[in-house]
Amino acid sequence: MEKMKLKVSNLQKIFPAANKKEKDLVALKDINLEVKESEFVVMVGPSGCGKSTLINIIGGLEEATAGSVEIDGMPVTGPGADRGMVFQGYSLFPWLTVQKNIEFGLKMKKMPKAERAAVAKEFIQLVGLAGFENALPKQLSGGMKQRVAIARTLANHPQILLMDEPFGALDAQTRVVMQELLAKISRETGNTVLFITHDIDEAILLADRIYVMSRRPGTIREVLPVTIEGERNHEILVHPEFLKMKRKIMEMLWQESQDAALDK
Amino acid sequence: MKNKIQRLSGGCLSFISFCIIILAWCVITYGGFVDKIFIPSPTDVWNSLKDMAADGSLWEHCYLSTKRVMVGWFWSAVLALPIGMLMARSSKFAAIIQPVIEFVRYLPVVALVPLTILYLGIDENQKYVIIFLGTFFQLVLMVCDTVSSIDKNMINAARTLGAGKLQVYTEVIFPAALPGLMDDFRMTIGWAWTYLVVAEMVAASAGLGYIILKSQRFLATDVIFAGLIMIGVIGLITDFLLRGLTKMIVPWHERLGD
Repeated sequence: MEKMKLKVSNLQKIFPAANKKEKDLVALKDINLEVKESEFVVMVGPSGCGKSTLINIIGGLEEATAGSVEIDGMPVTGPGADRGMVFQGYSLFPWLTVQKNIEFGLKMKKMPKAERAAVAKEFIQLVGLAGFENALPKQLSGGMKQRVAIARTLANHPQILLMDEPFGALDAQTRVVMQELLAKISRETGNTVLFITHDIDEAILLADRIYVMSRRPGTIREVLPVTIEGERNHEILVHPEFLKMKRKIMEMLWQESQDAALDK
Repeated sequence: MKNKIQRLSGGCLSFISFCIIILAWCVITYGGFVDKIFIPSPTDVWNSLKDMAADGSLWEHCYLSTKRVMVGWFWSAVLALPIGMLMARSSKFAAIIQPVIEFVRYLPVVALVPLTILYLGIDENQKYVIIFLGTFFQLVLMVCDTVSSIDKNMINAARTLGAGKLQVYTEVIFPAALPGLMDDFRMTIGWAWTYLVVAEMVAASAGLGYIILKSQRFLATDVIFAGLIMIGVIGLITDFLLRGLTKMIVPWHERLGD
């Protein structure tokens, strides 16, 4: 049996109603999810399906109403360096240079300064930011900021990388460049990744396996393995198997939105 | 290039507005439109400043008042910083402390003077406490507001990077809030100066507030004006220094209009 890095079982999240007239909001229901070691799993779903809530619960930033989250068989109780997160809004520390941002997690671990700098250098190279070590975040473009955020998380050697629509704010060209970079890095380093998006192209391009989510209450509708051979880059966007898969997911999500329209 | 012209014109405008006020002052006093008792002429004010500077008393008044303002304000900043930060981060702590602060903040400081004398006597400490009372309660709420408005995602990022609770305060919340805190400090120093006269109302024998109050008895409006001008000038200098300091310690901060 393959080793499970992340295991989410029967997870539920209910936001209690603000007053008696309204009903409780069930954001997530019966979520079961597994990510194997070195696997790249993408969750794709319409906006408002609770994807971000799910990844925040896994990251320990929010609490689940019921169910469990385990990393290597150990239950998650709060945020920790074992689950590195990358957010859509970059959330870099604007007072720190690129290098100091990347060193942040290592500094929290009290790693000696020289060692920190060496690790930071390695990851600056990895994300292609050599020459920008001493730049401040305000001097960088969106794509470069997200490179820093990815390097900052990877430098911390997390057990799993949790990414919440990290490329959602980037323009189309930059997004593809970043997707290719991430595909390359994750395959080279063997990182385990759980990635969230509403972009079907992005999901197929990056994933080993895709979880398709339904609208509110968020449940898992289907799990699809991606079996396209060869390097993951923009060329697979026109691969026949890619298009077949895209159509299938689009239809599922389309049906979801139809159902949602009927509900109203 | 365009920027240079704009900045120049900004400086020019400030200079011109200052000149207009001085000019208007000259016209109404030298022109004899207003009695000297109400508004002294620039020459009178200049002479009284010169006299006080000559016997050294001017510098003593300035020094003592600046010291009172700074010491009182310093303690209010030192205490308001941690309390305001905790209020912003813990709703329980805020629930305990906020009602008290909101209540005291509405009490006029002048009305507290008798109590400060009763509790502390009439030495320097009483003066520091008046300045402290005038600024502390406002500053706590300002610090709380500034800290509440920092980007929560930065705190989340820090926590998932392994930062502990205390580290989140020292490594993220404090530096993130620093530009806003510097503004809060700058504003409350200004307020501290406005409480100077109240602080020097009782049992002071020197200080700018004291000479203003003393001159009231002799209708020495030229000395009153001299005192006011000195307070304004010191205020401007403090403001200028704090702005410079802010630029030095938070060079990363992006400000509207930069």
